[in-house]
Amino acid sequence: MIGARVAKAMAILTLILIAAMAIGVSVGSQRIDPARIFSDPFSNTLFFRLRLPRVLLGLVIGASLGVTGGALQALFRNPLADPYTLGVSGGGALGASIAIALGWSARVGGVPLIFAASFVGAMIAVTLVRTIARAGAVVLPGALLLSGVAVNLIAAAGVLTIEYVTDPSSALRILRWLIGSLDVVGLAPVGRMMCVLAPAWLVLLFFSRQLNLIAIDEDTAATLGVNVRRCEGIVHALCALIVGVTVSAGGAIGFVGLIVPHAVRMMFGEDLRIVLPGSLLLGAAFLILADALARTVLSSGELPVGAVTGLLGGPVFLWLLRRRQQFAAM
Amino acid sequence: MTTYTGFEARNLAYAYGNGPLAVDDVSLNAAPGTMTAVIGSNGSGKSTLIRMLAGLLKPRAGSILLGGISIDAWEPRLRAQEIAYVPQSTSTVFPFPVIDLVLSGRSPHAVRFRFESKHDVEKAREALDLAGGTHLATRPFTSLSGGERQMVILARALAQEPRLLLLDEPSSSLDLKHRAALIRTLTQLRQSRNLSAIMVTHDIQLACAFDRIVALRCGEVAASGTPDEVLNDRLLRDIYSDPNVRTERIGDQTLVWVDLQRSGL
Repeated sequence: MIGARVAKAMAILTLILIAAMAIGVSVGSQRIDPARIFSDPFSNTLFFRLRLPRVLLGLVIGASLGVTGGALQALFRNPLADPYTLGVSGGGALGASIAIALGWSARVGGVPLIFAASFVGAMIAVTLVRTIARAGAVVLPGALLLSGVAVNLIAAAGVLTIEYVTDPSSALRILRWLIGSLDVVGLAPVGRMMCVLAPAWLVLLFFSRQLNLIAIDEDTAATLGVNVRRCEGIVHALCALIVGVTVSAGGAIGFVGLIVPHAVRMMFGEDLRIVLPGSLLLGAAFLILADALARTVLSSGELPVGAVTGLLGGPVFLWLLRRRQQFAAM
Repeated sequence: MTTYTGFEARNLAYAYGNGPLAVDDVSLNAAPGTMTAVIGSNGSGKSTLIRMLAGLLKPRAGSILLGGISIDAWEPRLRAQEIAYVPQSTSTVFPFPVIDLVLSGRSPHAVRFRFESKHDVEKAREALDLAGGTHLATRPFTSLSGGERQMVILARALAQEPRLLLLDEPSSSLDLKHRAALIRTLTQLRQSRNLSAIMVTHDIQLACAFDRIVALRCGEVAASGTPDEVLNDRLLRDIYSDPNVRTERIGDQTLVWVDLQRSGL
């Protein structure tokens, strides 16, 4: 029964993703003739060095933000939770800013410092938010979002301080990167990210059944045989890892993790075993399309993709907040 | 599977933070097919006790044994096949359809990484029927009233097919008809499946239908025995610290009330 529902949802969302990718590679300031991709060196370079990597980076980051948004909403039983609103992205951004100020390409034991730093930042943020919002066995929804706001503010202030004290070229780099962009050259960076992200996605998806029970009620999940504390710890760490990696590559792109799981729920229902993989696929499609829009909406130059998702996602957030209050008033 | 040979709690104690003991040296047991009601005034430690029995709170002292083995030593999923818990209330944020919520009770029985089978769906429907909530199946849980939610949560626990049911004030929001239905369902399951139950309740009429009553006062067992033994004026006045509590036998039921005129109203 549910198995068939999952298969149907995944089929539909995969088609949407393929369509989004087709649109993503075909729009841009330069038209590429599909017939000449392999014969014409200019088209070849444009397609394989710029257009395709950019679409794939959008896929990887969008999928990551979508799936972590779905997982965090279930874990905190709060439909307004997402990496951005909980301050996880902000924490990651602060970590990454410190790394950029210290030198973009530094490595610690083979791992780029910026990856490690933004993971640590995201992990600190998620732990802080959770510790503050958790009173005994319950996560207080108001406290959750407020502590998310506070963590975001602290992180933003930290970033500003770093921008102020660091040299101008690093400051400019931090500023440009913070807004969120999918600028990438060549396929190698995307491949490196996938080595970390794909396993993390898979482990997260393995937890969708437990998360489904936790989303209903924590005590219920515990008495149904879920080790809630262990599951929480693992999901937190995975979300921090995924957000850390995506933030260090594309900046703090907001609201994708908020809108996408809601869209999947509206289409296919509440079951996390559909919502999580569904958010992965739809998040990818959404960010590719948002980036296509960002690249074409201005007649010259392009908008940062973070600005597009913010402009689309902010109003959705407010609408959800309004709807929730109506529910609460009932 | 016939692992269940009884459930026993020995000398349990619990305190919240550095506060006083909320539960102090409480022992009780539930042999297969027995139904035990736990009564007591507000704050007497009833919910703390049942949450410990459900494994949601870790006792400061004492042990809880299921089939002779400490419940901590049980694999959580296997324990969930033996014991189901019906909380006082469940507030779900997301609008899960009722049938999906009941179906979640089947998860301890489902094979890892597999979805629920047709068999599980049938079990869920049966359980919802037994709890009297068939008409709610497709409604979002978030749209239900308090009483309807209690019916659905009971159905979820029944779908779990446990040998022991732990209930925390399951009838607090139920109307008269559904209270009676709850007693009928529990006694019927005791006959058909040899189900045991431990239930926290303020509803003395419901407790009358049980085999044993354990009365708590300030976290300690004030009295324990059959309804006939426990439900008398002297004991109840002591438990509720109110000299105007009155009892009267009508047929094989005991009515308990507070004489408001004598208490000065």
